[in-house]
Amino acid sequence: MTLLAIKGLTLDIAGTPILKGIDLSVAKGEILGIIGESGSGKSMTALSVMQLLPDGAHVAGSIELDGKDLLQKSEREMCDIRGRDVGMVFQEPMTALNPLKTIGDQVAETVLTHTQTSRADAAKIARETLDRVGLGAERFPLDRYPHELSGGQRQRVVIAMAIALRPRLLIADEPTTALDVTTQAQILMLLKRLVDEDGMGMIFITHDLAVVAGLADRVAVMRHGEIVETGETAAVFRELKHPYTRALFAASSHVPKREPPQAPEAGTAPVLEAANITRDYRLPRKSLFRPPSFFRAVDDVSLTIERGENVGLVGESGSGKSTLARAIMALEPLQGGAVVLDGETLNAVAGASQKARRKMQVVFQDPYGSFNPRHRVDRLITEPFHLLGSEAPAGDERQRRIAEALETVGLSPEDAEKYPHEFSGGQRQRIAIARALIIKPALIILDEAVSALDVSIRAQILDLLADLSSRLKLSYLFISHDLHVVRSITDRVLVMKAGKIVESGRTGEVFENPQHAYTRELIAAAPSLEAALAARTAQA
Amino acid sequence: MTVEIAKSIAPEKPDSLWRAALHSRSFVIGASITAVFVLAALISFAWTPYNYAAQDIPNKLKGMSAAHWFGTDHFGRDVFSMIMVGARTSIAVALVAVGMGVVFGTPLGLAAAARRGTLLDEIIMRANDLVFAFPALLIAVLITAVFGPGAINAIIAIGIFNIPVFARLSRAAALSLWTRDFILAARVAGKGPVRISVEHILPNILNTLVVQVTIQFSLGILAEAALAYVGLGAQPPIPSWGKMLADAQTLISLAPHVAIIPGLAIVLTVLGLNLMGDGLRDIFDPRSRRSRQ
Repeated sequence: MTLLAIKGLTLDIAGTPILKGIDLSVAKGEILGIIGESGSGKSMTALSVMQLLPDGAHVAGSIELDGKDLLQKSEREMCDIRGRDVGMVFQEPMTALNPLKTIGDQVAETVLTHTQTSRADAAKIARETLDRVGLGAERFPLDRYPHELSGGQRQRVVIAMAIALRPRLLIADEPTTALDVTTQAQILMLLKRLVDEDGMGMIFITHDLAVVAGLADRVAVMRHGEIVETGETAAVFRELKHPYTRALFAASSHVPKREPPQAPEAGTAPVLEAANITRDYRLPRKSLFRPPSFFRAVDDVSLTIERGENVGLVGESGSGKSTLARAIMALEPLQGGAVVLDGETLNAVAGASQKARRKMQVVFQDPYGSFNPRHRVDRLITEPFHLLGSEAPAGDERQRRIAEALETVGLSPEDAEKYPHEFSGGQRQRIAIARALIIKPALIILDEAVSALDVSIRAQILDLLADLSSRLKLSYLFISHDLHVVRSITDRVLVMKAGKIVESGRTGEVFENPQHAYTRELIAAAPSLEAALAARTAQA
Repeated sequence: MTVEIAKSIAPEKPDSLWRAALHSRSFVIGASITAVFVLAALISFAWTPYNYAAQDIPNKLKGMSAAHWFGTDHFGRDVFSMIMVGARTSIAVALVAVGMGVVFGTPLGLAAAARRGTLLDEIIMRANDLVFAFPALLIAVLITAVFGPGAINAIIAIGIFNIPVFARLSRAAALSLWTRDFILAARVAGKGPVRISVEHILPNILNTLVVQVTIQFSLGILAEAALAYVGLGAQPPIPSWGKMLADAQTLISLAPHVAIIPGLAIVLTVLGLNLMGDGLRDIFDPRSRRSRQ
């Protein structure tokens, strides 16, 4: 039975067309996955259903929930529907909860807004709902505050708020994107269980094909505000009828071509030798008379990177990956250990010498925050020239180096005149790589460098990185939570947990035959397209 | 000015500051109002309709006329001339006082942000708190008690009051920038805190500072008026808008224009400066500059 039917939905915001005739339907107890890259209009489709569109939006077409057109409803009527008939779960659990209200109050609020129940009854419903999402009364009493919970637990509270009144339709917009793989697996299981128990329909929006393959009954693939393909999940992925679906599929399981890693030549020193690194953070004093305690973010970590070798570093958020990277870059004082970079010992207390810093550069995750918005590209990418002091190229030589760096990453020399906001996310990440390359370092630290990119862009950047590594004999320290990406581009991998390296070895061996329990857990939790499709085929 | 015009002619730079400025309505209006008063102050050095200090008791408290555009005050002095000369005092006091605040306050704030959490940060900010605890008027009274009243002392008093304003503002704005990735990238490029503060932090807090400058500028004019009103600012016969307002208050029912005109001058200048500040904030942002075309 059809629960939600969207017919010919068009949307424009201030004259710019966003959605161009969307037709979708969701049946009771069915999970519809909407996949697409950023800007494809998948979130706007969800917001159209909720009628939570930005100012200046014009919608046309029809969105029927149980036969009633939501587009004809007044704002007052929509207020009744939101939260009662349609629930919504957002991407960012950190900002979706009010930090000043207890979790019990926030779940009860949904109940109190829509029904004539007493506070006591609402609290009871809140309790039951929190139990259903796996936050038991013993560890999670109603008077807990959001800041006392982890990201995954907060997302459970957000889900509890959405399902407290057993809505007929649940919309989940990238609900697991901000979470670690192990937490993601748990939340996906929870959502599936809730759909089965309540028989509600769910729209699950994501950019991750593997997640959809494992979860959704049907999928719709969106691009540029249109649905390019829709159908049964297994059929869509097996047949790959539409070229765009095929391209997405290829991009998300893309493995960049790499030359097999060569054994380090005898006598060459490793690019990076870090021994027994320890980094403590001071915690706020609990008492005036006791010394402050410390939190050990990186605990006695040693690692070596050979010339031309790509090393992956995986682990969950809070495991100390980024702290380790900052320690290697000598941006923070160490409490123990030593870092030797291409023969130069870094002095973490006084900061590394300019000469040592020339050997390494970094690329960050967020392509939007990595650049000073007030500088042009030429000034941005030549920033590392500061390390060369008086030897820094000037005049024509500087122009030549800028053009060379931009061309190496696939941009044109004319782009040097532009500001960063004139580029897309993928292009900005290329600029970030150009900035890292311009002084020809031996080691580049890539801190989640492809995590914020769409799959097709990610595939291009991975190709670029693999090509640069073999051409320029570069070494990478590749930090990521995405196991698939790490597997495709690294020679060796280190698994980090709670500040310690729990396992390390050749990438293939670690993934094929993980030794440590935590590595096994990580690999099992990571969504895999092949595994999900194989499971579906086995069922059918 | 010539540089800016040259930029607007150069075809390869369609996003010049000057072009952007002309597109911003609030900047154009605000700058025009401000320009009128600055011009009046400049012209007053060379020419005023009458000698601003010349008394003409028989013609006192005359209304507006062709001979006296803004009428005359209780000593028969020409109000138009006094407004022109008064603009000198008001603008000079506000300009120098705000300049003091920016020149001393901003580096202090940037230094505190660069060394956040250390003893230096603590010393700078607590010293600022201490200065902040004294209102400008009280500082002025203290300075006057020691050095005697006058425009210079008013400037110093208002200027001292401005330092913690800019120190706090730049520290707060800089703190959020220090956690950004591009600052980390600059540190990886081996740049020290001073260089990062000047190259990366300062340009990015500039729009915040510009807005605060215009606010402090208008507050400076008001503070000068207030100090002159209680007799701690410019001393007679040198006119200032605040002093004119103070002298006129007992005559407000007899000759309202003597009070209204300096009052209007203050209001219009402040309005002009605030509008200009709003416009400048948009203009200094390269993102809004490109998208405007």
